[in-house]
This record gives sequence, C-alpha cells and structure tokens, in this order.
Amino acid sequence: MTTSSHKTAARAEVPTSRREGAPVRRRRASTAALLFLAVTVLLVSVVAASLFGSADIQPLDVVSTILRHIGLGGIAPTEPLPGLLDALIWESRFPRVLLAAAVGMALAVSGAVLQAVTRNPLADPYLLGVSSGASTGAVAVLLLGIGGSVSLSTGAFAGGLVSFGLLLLLLGGGRVASPSRVVLTGVLVSQFFAAVTSVILMVSGDANSTRGFTYWLLGTLGGARWEGVTVTVVIILIGVVAVQFFAPALDAFTFGWDSAAALGINVTAARVWLMVLTSVITAAAVAASGAIGFIGLLIPHAVRVLAGPTHRSLLPLSAIAGAVFLIWVDVFARTAFSPHELPAGVITALLGAPAFALVLKRLES
Amino acid sequence: MGRITTTHLSWSVKGQRLLDGIDMEAHDGKVTGLLGPNGSGKSTLLRLLAGLRRPDTGTVRYDDTTLQGLGRRVLARRLAVVEQDVTAHHHVTVRQVVELGRTPFRGRFDALTEHDRRTVDAALERTDLTDRQHRSWHTLSGGEKQRAQLARALAQEPREILLDEPTNHLDIRHQLELLDLLTSLDVTCVVALHDLNLAARYCDHLVLLQRGQVVAAGAPDSVLTPDLIKSVYGVEVLVDREPATGTLRITYLATATRTTAVQAMQLDPG
Repeated sequence: MTTSSHKTAARAEVPTSRREGAPVRRRRASTAALLFLAVTVLLVSVVAASLFGSADIQPLDVVSTILRHIGLGGIAPTEPLPGLLDALIWESRFPRVLLAAAVGMALAVSGAVLQAVTRNPLADPYLLGVSSGASTGAVAVLLLGIGGSVSLSTGAFAGGLVSFGLLLLLLGGGRVASPSRVVLTGVLVSQFFAAVTSVILMVSGDANSTRGFTYWLLGTLGGARWEGVTVTVVIILIGVVAVQFFAPALDAFTFGWDSAAALGINVTAARVWLMVLTSVITAAAVAASGAIGFIGLLIPHAVRVLAGPTHRSLLPLSAIAGAVFLIWVDVFARTAFSPHELPAGVITALLGAPAFALVLKRLES
Repeated sequence: MGRITTTHLSWSVKGQRLLDGIDMEAHDGKVTGLLGPNGSGKSTLLRLLAGLRRPDTGTVRYDDTTLQGLGRRVLARRLAVVEQDVTAHHHVTVRQVVELGRTPFRGRFDALTEHDRRTVDAALERTDLTDRQHRSWHTLSGGEKQRAQLARALAQEPREILLDEPTNHLDIRHQLELLDLLTSLDVTCVVALHDLNLAARYCDHLVLLQRGQVVAAGAPDSVLTPDLIKSVYGVEVLVDREPATGTLRITYLATATRTTAVQAMQLDPG
C-alpha cells in the first residue's frame, strides 16, 4: 500500500503496464467469442433438433423449409419438400423446437436475475411461486370453466401474474426486503397456490382431466402449435431483451442494496422492473409448457463457471444456453422411448437434482 | 474536492429518534472523524450523508447543492461509500469488484473504456492489490476485502469518501496503512472510527456523537479531553502528547464504574 509520503491525488493515473492490461482484453475477447459460439450452437441446434424423429429428413431440407416459410425462399439451398414432410417440419417440429428454445431462455434468464435480485444463489423462477400460481390458473380454467372460452395458457398466464401480485403485496410493494424474506414469502405463495390447485382437483376433477392436467404440470412441449408459440416467443423475447437493460444494476447488487444505491443505481425501480419482467416471462413459459424445473438454477451457475458472474455476459449467455439445453432435453424426451413421450420436466428434474447437489457443494467451498 | 455540510439533520425509526438535529461540516480535502460509542448514530449519519436514507428533517449539502438537487447518479460520480462488513452472494474477482466503481460513469451497454481500465489499474495499485486482482473475493482475508472495497471507492474517482469503521478486522499494520492512504488522498473524507488514538493521529477534525446528538466538534485536542471522553464513553483516560511526534495520546485507565471500585479498595485495603 502506498504511504502518506506520496501526496498524490487519488485521480493520478498510474501508468498501465502491458502485463496488467492484457488479461482483461483477453477475457473480453473470450466473452465475445463465447457469445458467437453460443449463437452458432443455438442455430445448429434448432436445425438439428428438427431432424430427430420418424421420417428421414436432411439438414438442408430443414433450412430450406424454414427459409421458404419466412419468405426467403429465394435463397433456399434445396428444392421444396413434398407437402406432408413440409408440414411435419413447419407445423410440428419447428414450432416445438422454437417453443423449447423460448421456454429454456425464459427460465434461465429468470433464474440468473432472481439469484441477483434476491441475493440468493439458490433462487429459481419457481421460488417466487409464479409456477404454482400458473398451475392454479390453468386448473381453474380447465376444471371450473372460469373465464369461459379462455385457453389453458391464458389461465396459467393470469394465475402466474396474480401469484406475483400477491407476492409483491406481502413484501410491501417495492420496499427493500431482505433476501430471506423474499425467499420465504415465495415459499408461502407457492404452498398456498399448490393447496388451492389440489382442492380444485379433488373437488371437481374427473380421472381424465386430472391425468391431462398432471401431465401438463410435469412440463411438456408436446402442445406446441404456431398460434400459441408465436405469442409465447414474442413475450419472452421482449422480456429477455428488456432484462439486459438492467445488467449494470444486477452487477451492482453484488454487495447489497445500499452499495448499489451508492453507485448511482435506482435500486427500488430496478428491482420492481426486474421482478415484473421475470414474472411475465416465467408466466409465459409455464403457461406454454407447464412446470419445467431446475433450468433457472442450473444454467446460470454453469455459465458463471464458464464466463464469470458479470451480468452483461451472464444474461445473454444464460439465455442461449437455456435455449440449447431445453431443445436437446425435448429431443431426448420425444425420441428416447419412442413412441412413448416423457415430460421434459421429468428429465430436467432427473438431471437437475444431482446438479443441484453440485451447486450446493460449490457454494460451500 | 468538496465540502459536506448538514443542517439540523434528524432521523427516526419506529418512533425512536436515532439522529437529533445534527449540524456538522466536513471540510474540503480534510479527514473528518466521527466518534461515539456503539449506537450513538455514526453509521446512521453516514447513511444520511450518502443519501441512502432520507432524513425526517434537515438537509445535506455537497458544496452548495443539496442531495436531492444532485441526484443519485451524479452524486455517485463524486461520492464513494465504503460500508462495514459487506458480503458478496456469488463468486466475483477482486478486479470485478473494483470495476463496479466505474458503474456511475458507464452507459448500460458500454464496455469498459481505456480510461476505465486505467482508473481500475491505478486503484488496484494504490491499495496493493494488483497481484491479487484475479483472486476470488471469497478467498481474501478481512484486510484484503477492506482494501478491495477501498479500491472500488477509488475507482469512482471521488471528491468525497465516506467510510464506516474501515479499520475493523484489520491488524495494526493494515490499520495504519489504510489510514495513511486515506490521508494521502486529495479527497474530503468522513470516517467513523472506534479507536481514539487513530482518530487523534489521522483526523483533522472530529465530531463526537452521543445518542444521536453532536456533543463536541473541532480539532482533535479540543474534542479528545478527559472530561468529554468520560462523559460520553464512561471511561477514565489520561491525555498527553507522544514525546517524539507530539500527537495526542490517550491512555485508558479504567471504566467509570470500575474506578469507584478501585477507589473504594484503596480507601479500605483490608
């Protein structure tokens, strides 16, 4: 440490040696490289995942089919496929892959944000009770007929938002609450809505609808149709992009609210916006696919190990990693035990439970 | 550089008045020490000075502008705050911690500029952390963590720094080095301290708090008197000057309650 004999100003610039500057530049470059790599892997995954399943399809045919349907047929590398195959790719596989990507993206980004906002490394979208609220909304629409012709997804979306509103109310609006209070309130909301869901199922569910609902609850991407997928993808993309605006705030949260405020961050506004954005994208994801767990916990931790905790890189990389991860989980879910299909949520839970243990171990070290 | 003044600053929590009509001034480029027993309001006063809590009454001014007039982000470009005992909730490196100091200067999507990097390098250098910049925060000792927080503050290129008991958990050498560094900076400094000898040695100006009120303020030799120390801390002290340097020296004799016991024993040795 410099001693008082140097009466130099704090702003005096100490000459930067090459040795000091080099590692930073290398790390920045590697973030850009990782992002480029991640986007490439995502694009390849979208095409490759559409190949899996019955019928023999070539990768270039998938590319051509997609290009033709989005009005870029002029640059399509191959001849049009027969109508049946074209429909298989465009009406069934591609929307499903796209939904998997969007849902994986939403859950991973929600996890990364919530871990910073609650200052709790074990935070996960499910923690806030949004998925339980969504389940209640879905079951209310499905079994009680509330809302008339409203679809299951709309009910789930509304339920997710209602549970989030309740959470904010219990936390006392935008006031600064302690991490443990946020987490415990999330558990409370979650348990409450789980109980309401059970009551509705017990009272008015017949065997058939209960089974259908249970399957939805386990998390599956099987229901992907363009109509719903487009809305889900648009909501999630807007939310994920908007969250990037708060990357500096999320970094500043590292040492708590006062520390962030002293760095010029409007803490209350940032936290409220982040909570609202994560709830909307989580509700959209759960509404479209049911409750797929653990992605929000595991992907951000894995990305932190690879690329560091800075949110300017963590958020986009988590988004893409989450998308790629769920795309391949879904491919496994629909092909591994074909013709039987596993719910994707079951697979993420199978992978997630042991990985959760690893995260815990890492946190203790 | 800047002057910090407060006029009639009060703050209560749940009906309990923690600060009561504080008028104080931190002079341009000087080190002002906040003294007082636990619970006297030092940390609370620092939070109000930093604009982290809104006072019930009174104002805080930086030069001639009020806190509200400055705004959060503009304030963060001149004022740095070093809190007590902060914890990180995930793994960050020392360099990433120091880079946080550039937050008020960066746009949402801006990468670090050459100037940002030089400022961060300089802050690491000044706090002797250059060779530890890629270490994880969680592997640092208490003293290194404190220095990393100070480096983060320096990276803000501050005109004013507020520090809440920065010498806590530091061994004596690091305490001296930290305060040496602080006094060598060309900034206005307000620092809460427990150690009266360190306060006497390093501060230009002292503010003594008791139950949320200023009981004395001024140069160290006018504040650190045996009578004031006894009435505020309840401790008997001997105040003299260290022969070699002439700085004030406070020697603790006994707590006020024990003194009576000692006197009683002397009266009745049997």
